[in-house]
Amino acid sequence: MATAAESNAPLRAPATSPRTFVIGVVILTALLIIAPFLDIYPVFIMKALCFGLFACAFNLLLGFGGLLSFGHAMFLGTAGYISAHAAKEWGLPPELAILAGTVAAAILGAIVGILAIRRQGIYFAMITLALAQMIYFFCLQAPFTHGEDGIQAVPRGRMFGVLDLSNTLVMYYVVLVIFLIGFCLIFRIVHSPFGQVLKAIRENEPRALSLGYDADRYKFASFVMSATLAGLAGATKAIVFQLASLTDVHWSMSGEVVLMTLLGGMGTIFGPLVGAFVIVGLESYLSTGFAIGSFRFGPEWFTVLDGVIFVVCVLAFRRGIVGEITQWWASRR
Amino acid sequence: MQALYGQLLVGLINGAFYAMLSLGLAVIFGLLNIINFTHGAQYMLGAFCAWLLLQQGLGYWWALLLAPIVVGAIGVVIEKTMLSRLYKLDHLYGLLLTYGLALIFQGVFTNYFGSAGQAYRLPEEFSGAFNLGFMFLPRYRAWVILASIIVCVATWFVIERTKLGAYLRAATENPTLVQAFGINVPRMITLTYGFGVALAALAGVMAAPIYQVAPQMGANIIIIVFAVVVIGGMGSIAGAIISGFALGVVEGLTKYFYPEASSTVIFVVMAIVLLVRPAGLFGKER
Repeated sequence: MATAAESNAPLRAPATSPRTFVIGVVILTALLIIAPFLDIYPVFIMKALCFGLFACAFNLLLGFGGLLSFGHAMFLGTAGYISAHAAKEWGLPPELAILAGTVAAAILGAIVGILAIRRQGIYFAMITLALAQMIYFFCLQAPFTHGEDGIQAVPRGRMFGVLDLSNTLVMYYVVLVIFLIGFCLIFRIVHSPFGQVLKAIRENEPRALSLGYDADRYKFASFVMSATLAGLAGATKAIVFQLASLTDVHWSMSGEVVLMTLLGGMGTIFGPLVGAFVIVGLESYLSTGFAIGSFRFGPEWFTVLDGVIFVVCVLAFRRGIVGEITQWWASRR
Repeated sequence: MQALYGQLLVGLINGAFYAMLSLGLAVIFGLLNIINFTHGAQYMLGAFCAWLLLQQGLGYWWALLLAPIVVGAIGVVIEKTMLSRLYKLDHLYGLLLTYGLALIFQGVFTNYFGSAGQAYRLPEEFSGAFNLGFMFLPRYRAWVILASIIVCVATWFVIERTKLGAYLRAATENPTLVQAFGINVPRMITLTYGFGVALAALAGVMAAPIYQVAPQMGANIIIIVFAVVVIGGMGSIAGAIISGFALGVVEGLTKYFYPEASSTVIFVVMAIVLLVRPAGLFGKER
């Protein structure tokens, strides 16, 4: 792993300083607050924000911990099912339903984490993928998930008894607040002493061990945090779209979040969010199909496009969008 | 009892495919240090190749010969043009690239052939069954089990017992040194990838008359094969073969005794193995 980490090092974008982060978040927040009045479809932004938080949570593990999980859909999907079930069958208010989903993802993250951190690198990816597939089969068979139909018509309800979420604009701002909390939390984790140790382990695990850091405990903790935040994204998404379905636990969803992070720039703070907006944007833009010359492609070609973006990113664009921009910015000075 | 033997047979058949696919993955991983996510798609390509050849009037035996060559050649091109650029990087990039390729293959085939499966007509000479006294053994299934054992043993023999295999194993340990002895290691890597891919295609041809020839057939099996590989550990060729067959049988037995768990049993076994022996049953801790 040491050689792999070394050869990887030059590709890492310069870290975002707290000042840049604050400026970035202020601009982002301002844009997102006025977005609904700029004739941008709020449902689209809510979807992108949910996936953005999901990708940022995933990036906490890959970009800062160096662990590639190929099964993160299990946290997104499980949290979605639990919060949808809590809101619909138990009649919980949305804040408690989201909390229930997030806690479920955290517990699942702890169980999977114990198993997965026993192996590294490629094995870690295969183990998480296999365990996610197990969860997928469970969700396919368990009665409360309603199999192929999923949990439909989930009530949005009233948050804290006052915010009527059936109003799209209210829902939008609630999603924005949830996203910002999760996003700032991730930045805080990355820039805490904990995050520094995590990066040290990513760069050189034997050295971190020799300095007295229990690498496995740090990896486990970051895995659970990543799972929890992915769960927060999934639980919120279920309430927003009033639906929890098998799509969110399928392996292709795990691949999708890898793609968002890779495209946006892994190991950067803003990258996964940018990647999520690009992918979700492409998906809705191409939902009616597209044409290259006289050849028409239907929306089902999206899988192929996903694959092509993957190949191009790996071969020629490994820093991702945000990584390339920060690199360019740093080399200018 | 009849049902138990039936499920055991199904398990053995599945195990034959798990063994051939995890063998290919292990061979590729040994030399390239890449987990070939496209393996499932290449298995699917093999099956489709057989199906398309049948449309052209070329039967099963031609497919058994041509499909591995064609798909293996595609593999060689992939290695030459893409994978070879990634060897100096983190191994994870190889996984991501091959995942992307798998999406492309699967997507293109879904768009052209639809997600519904195509049936592959069983060749004439395989119709009928042997009466074993306690059960009927369809001829084609007997052939699949026999052929896969032959393929696995032959591969094991070439790698573990011949001079060519010795070069291969040496290059796995220390490619620089082997290259210094005048052996063309990059070409060996290319051919190894081509061989591993051809093995997947061969499995695909053999699977065509049993399962439906469908674009998703590879994605469904490859995740299970990953679990098989984690259970067996990628240290040894024999380990990949044995755990492939064994887990197929375990799955078959579960279908008989507790059908609800049959789709998850291999993953449960994987979790237990990880707790008890993290390096896998036949693996060495590296």
